[in-house]
Amino acid sequence: MVIKTLLVSLVVIGVVAFIAQQIDPSNAFAQWRNPGARALTADQFKGLVISGLSQGVLYGLIALGYSMVYGVLGFINFAHGEVFMVSVYTGYIASHKFAANGMWESNFLLCLVIVLVLATTVATATAILMERIAYRPLRNSPRLIPLITSIGVSFFLQNAVLGFFGPSTRSYPQLPEWLSKQYSIITFEISGTKLMVLAVTMVSMAGLWYLVERTKTGKAMRAVAEDKEIASLMGINVNRIIVTTFGVGGAMAGVAGIMFGLLFRAVHPMTGFLPGIKAFTAAVVGGIGNLGGAMTGGIALGSAESIAPMMILEPLGVPGVTQLKDAVAFTVLVMVLLFKPSGLFGEQLSSEDRP
Amino acid sequence: MTEIKMAPAAKVLDQDWRNIFRWGAICAITLVFISLVGMPAKLDLRLIINPTLSLGYVSLFWIPVMFGFVASTHIALEGMEVSRPGMRDVLTGLFTGLTGSFGLVLLILGMNNFDITDPLVNWGPPLLDLLTTGRGIGTGILGWMAASAFLGMAGASLHVLTPLLRRIVSSAILGMISIAILEDAIDDLSEGFRLEWLVDLIYAKRGGLTNKSAIIVAIVMAAVSVLAQGKVKKAKANFFALEGPARKKWSVVLFAGTAAVVIILPMFAGGYVNSLLANVGIFLLLALGLNIVVGLAGILDLGYVAFFAVGGYSTAVLTSPQSPWFAPEIGFVPALLVSVVLAGIAGLAIGAPVIRMRGDYLAIVTLGFGEIIRLLFMSDFLKPYFGGAQGIVNVPGVELGFLTISGTDPKGVFYLVLAFSALAIYISWRLQASRLGRSWMAIREDEQVAEAMGINTVNSKLMAFVVGAVLASFAGSIMVARVGSVFPNSFMILVSIIILVVVIVGGMGSIPGVIVGSFVLIGVLGGPRQPGLLQEFGQLKLLIYGALLVFMMLKRPEGLVPSARRSQELHQDEFLQDAWFKGDDEADGSDEQTASAEGEGASV
Repeated sequence: MVIKTLLVSLVVIGVVAFIAQQIDPSNAFAQWRNPGARALTADQFKGLVISGLSQGVLYGLIALGYSMVYGVLGFINFAHGEVFMVSVYTGYIASHKFAANGMWESNFLLCLVIVLVLATTVATATAILMERIAYRPLRNSPRLIPLITSIGVSFFLQNAVLGFFGPSTRSYPQLPEWLSKQYSIITFEISGTKLMVLAVTMVSMAGLWYLVERTKTGKAMRAVAEDKEIASLMGINVNRIIVTTFGVGGAMAGVAGIMFGLLFRAVHPMTGFLPGIKAFTAAVVGGIGNLGGAMTGGIALGSAESIAPMMILEPLGVPGVTQLKDAVAFTVLVMVLLFKPSGLFGEQLSSEDRP
Repeated sequence: MTEIKMAPAAKVLDQDWRNIFRWGAICAITLVFISLVGMPAKLDLRLIINPTLSLGYVSLFWIPVMFGFVASTHIALEGMEVSRPGMRDVLTGLFTGLTGSFGLVLLILGMNNFDITDPLVNWGPPLLDLLTTGRGIGTGILGWMAASAFLGMAGASLHVLTPLLRRIVSSAILGMISIAILEDAIDDLSEGFRLEWLVDLIYAKRGGLTNKSAIIVAIVMAAVSVLAQGKVKKAKANFFALEGPARKKWSVVLFAGTAAVVIILPMFAGGYVNSLLANVGIFLLLALGLNIVVGLAGILDLGYVAFFAVGGYSTAVLTSPQSPWFAPEIGFVPALLVSVVLAGIAGLAIGAPVIRMRGDYLAIVTLGFGEIIRLLFMSDFLKPYFGGAQGIVNVPGVELGFLTISGTDPKGVFYLVLAFSALAIYISWRLQASRLGRSWMAIREDEQVAEAMGINTVNSKLMAFVVGAVLASFAGSIMVARVGSVFPNSFMILVSIIILVVVIVGGMGSIPGVIVGSFVLIGVLGGPRQPGLLQEFGQLKLLIYGALLVFMMLKRPEGLVPSARRSQELHQDEFLQDAWFKGDDEADGSDEQTASAEGEGASV
């Protein structure tokens, strides 16, 4: 109770101070905690929204994997962030090979498609292998055991990649000019990369929606998520559907990995950790098990992470707010679980499934 | 267990080729994986037998042995016939090893012809040289085929050997390797006992056993194990058969003996052994605390490192003159008391909001809390109070009035750690059988039933959090006093996970297990930043920790030294099945029905 009140009052004071600062920076309330208060310009604000959005959709893409696996198996695949990391590495290796023989500059789009397909395949394979080796034998064990296993898998993958490729940060090759240039869309200044991230995400979301809602496999997935035993009585091969679920989740993480690589152009063995946790947060925010919710949750989290430091923490007089970006994401996680554990779009869960 | 019927050995060439190729392929992939991850190259610096064998080769050699053994294992089903192990199985091992060697063969050929050192840092001439032992490609390939086939065969022949022979072989090899691994520790101890001549005799100048001493050590180890065979087990059984005053007497004798060894040994040991043991002790404290939270109460707390940080930071702030914001410079003991109180409060503060969540959510949220605390300590926001990324330095040692222990005095630190570990073991041991401990275990087994039995689950779980936090704060205080500084990056999530591995490998909910776990893992492999006996591992120890965690969960979730209750819980299905079998054999129909009904009830 104390913690809830404290958190809410901090947020409220921060927002009020922010509004005061936007109206008039020399306002006493805005000056109260943050003497150097300056109003954010509209351009700055739009920049924050855009960067929050483009990161948020990536969290959403990764969150889909968490959400789908949770829906089907009821456990949190902690190592899902590592599937994402493997994809970023695959993209790095492939794009470097292309950059070395000059194809990256001369025929960028083709390269991009190949890299995307390759990374998605590798990520899917990683997810499926993970399921086969580590999780399938534990299908019927107590809930915490697969979770602990997935922590082990995540640790193993991180350090295996570190052993293979070394601890140094690797960077993606230079992007073509038309991608790094700024475009102006409805007064929003947005870089080509971010536009592409948004577009690719939308396409993959549409593909996933089609798969889950319009195909027989998708129907089987929903049936397995509802009740494994009954689904198997209806002639559904439950094992195959679980593998498919892991594979599709891995593919989404694979797409997210390449987009992440193009957006930030850097990768190291720990790349998967923070996006993984944040994507889980996004899945929880949207209501775990709900695919549209996962994407919405991702966008919400990305925006919160990008805006909240400037909008809540800075008016409260906290120095170095951009360092607290990650802390904001974790705070969002804690707050959602405290106030609305079923998430924004989650169904009312039975006592067995309640967090 | 009912008897397994043995059929005569199968025909030699009647092999299950699919099985062989399957295990052979897995073996090949594992060998390539281990080579490319950089293990042989790194471990090559550590010699087991000088100059014949380095740990790098051992890290490859055990793979074919293991897969040879696994491929030739027959699954014994109750009441089914199993063919007697014989030449056929030995050949199975040989073929498995041979198939496995193709992984390395392809790797050698690949490295000879292509250069992909750009992404794969370990690819290239150094590894090629290592794999071919510098004798050219042809020799390397043939050598690996022969070696791998032989090792696979050796693994498979473990099935064929009589128990006595198997014991002799395995104890000779394991004994040799452990003596070689313990080299630094034995070297350090020998100076105290004036036994340098023995060390000079066993070990070569540049590390590792000499050829001759390796043979001697193997023989001695085998002899010891044959002579001691059954005796230890018998003594243990005798001890547990004792009752009343006799048992009490022996318990006191055993306890006194252990205490005497632990107290006297460090006096003869040098800095190396003492600092190693101090590391083990600090992680033992942490692991005992986490054992209460995870092992007894069944709450998976991944942000455990936060309490370690609270203990460390509060001690540093209270004792260091360099603390940027508030520097009372009080002594270690009052600082420790304050940090214990603060850690308890932190336990309540973190525990209270999350305690009602279900296990897996709780794990991720505590992980989030652990990261938040580290990020806050690191940020500019709290820099004026806790020094940000530069941390707090100049933390003085421990002053107990009559004696002063500086952080650089390994012996003193060891005794300090020892005292706290003993206290922590005592606390855990007393708590385990207490009313609170029993309610923790009830909650772990079934929370709803526990609640229905009148246990206040929220309060009990919070108490587990608090007790765990207090033990972690001990470790934090001692570590800070020992190192003399505190930085936010000492408190990464990594630390939580390593402690979790220690608890799980040792055995959740088992105090002896946790002790064994911290000695084996922290002592041999080392902590997140602290080197163990095999410091050559470097970052690779984390890979091993991850693999161990997965392996233990798949094969032995109760740990190396399990607590009886926990392992029954985890193997409830098998337990019930056994009971069902017994009922089938001994009792008439009615009993059988109730037993099977119970089984169904549990599986639903």
